[in-house]
Amino acid sequence: MSWMAWTLPTALFFSAIAASLVTMTLIELRWPTVKRRGFLPMATTRGDRFFISLLSAAFIHLLWMLLVGGGLLWATVLAVFWGVALMRWG
Amino acid sequence: MSSRPYDNRAWLGVLPVVLIVAFSAVIPLMTVVNYSVQDILDFNSRFFVGFEWYRETLNDPRFVDAFLRQIGFSATVLALEIPLGIFVAKGLPKNSRMTPFLLVFLAVPLLIPWNVVGTIWQIFARADIGLLGVAINAMGIDYNYTSEPMHAWLTLVAMDIWHWTSLVALLSFAGLTSIPEPYYQAAELDGANRWQVLRFVELPRLKGVLTIAVLLRLMDSFMIYTEPFVLTGGGPGNTTTFLSQYLATMAVGQFDLGPAAAFSVIYFLFILLFCWLFYTSVVARDE
Repeated sequence: MSWMAWTLPTALFFSAIAASLVTMTLIELRWPTVKRRGFLPMATTRGDRFFISLLSAAFIHLLWMLLVGGGLLWATVLAVFWGVALMRWG
Repeated sequence: MSSRPYDNRAWLGVLPVVLIVAFSAVIPLMTVVNYSVQDILDFNSRFFVGFEWYRETLNDPRFVDAFLRQIGFSATVLALEIPLGIFVAKGLPKNSRMTPFLLVFLAVPLLIPWNVVGTIWQIFARADIGLLGVAINAMGIDYNYTSEPMHAWLTLVAMDIWHWTSLVALLSFAGLTSIPEPYYQAAELDGANRWQVLRFVELPRLKGVLTIAVLLRLMDSFMIYTEPFVLTGGGPGNTTTFLSQYLATMAVGQFDLGPAAAFSVIYFLFILLFCWLFYTSVVARDE
């Protein structure tokens, strides 16, 4: 494992991703998803919305670094709010 | 839109592929992410630097230039190769004895190693000894791709079209041959002209293969490395330095592993975004 050059923050990050994928799988098994249409322009499943929220979280952080600079705490807060809104109403 | 829940058991069948992809893509990608937040002097001296390399990459004018160049290149080759590929496929006879020979003939550029494609064009387009270069100069046009950025670009685009239009043509041909004859007969009865047949019969039936063609060409052209490296070396100046070549200079040339890893992650995110946007727009239109 040492060749992967792990650091604690990246280990926590990937553990969080893995945990959320497992959780999504369990939720899917218990309550299978139904495609629905929210504020996004296309019908999405729960997994679609999760993927979109992860991808947009990455771009929110990149844009924050590019346009605002400084710490990324507010970018993370924004990404979390956006992710929750997307999962609920997307 | 169906409101019926999916049956998810079939996903278990995908498990072997997931394992292979994990080994060949996910674990290396995780390693790159790990690298991207560290300053790596050598393997035993690594220092956590947070998002420093991401900030540096995003504010690097050479990265932004290479990125814009890359988008320009991908958009240009897609805009030319897709219509040209459909046009070539339309011109191929469907049920002739010549068809297999033509298909093999078309596939030849796809079988040539990318390095060799670059070398072929590097010689072919040379203004002093190359057939193309000498011919263009003989027509009175002062063509030299090693010193003129616009000429280098045109040569690269021409090379990419030469190399990859066949792929679009072969995919489109496969799509065209799958259209049942009664469709054409119905169109003929309705008095449709050739343009209307293309627009209302053929293009809708080609949507699936064209989606694959555009996705493949988008990803490949966005990752292009070998051919421009051999043909122009990224020059003149930096005018044909695309993302992957700049990345290789950082990672292999200068051994800046941390910044190169951050660059790779940003590069990967953009490819993911483009492919997702494109795929979703096509799927959404179908529904």
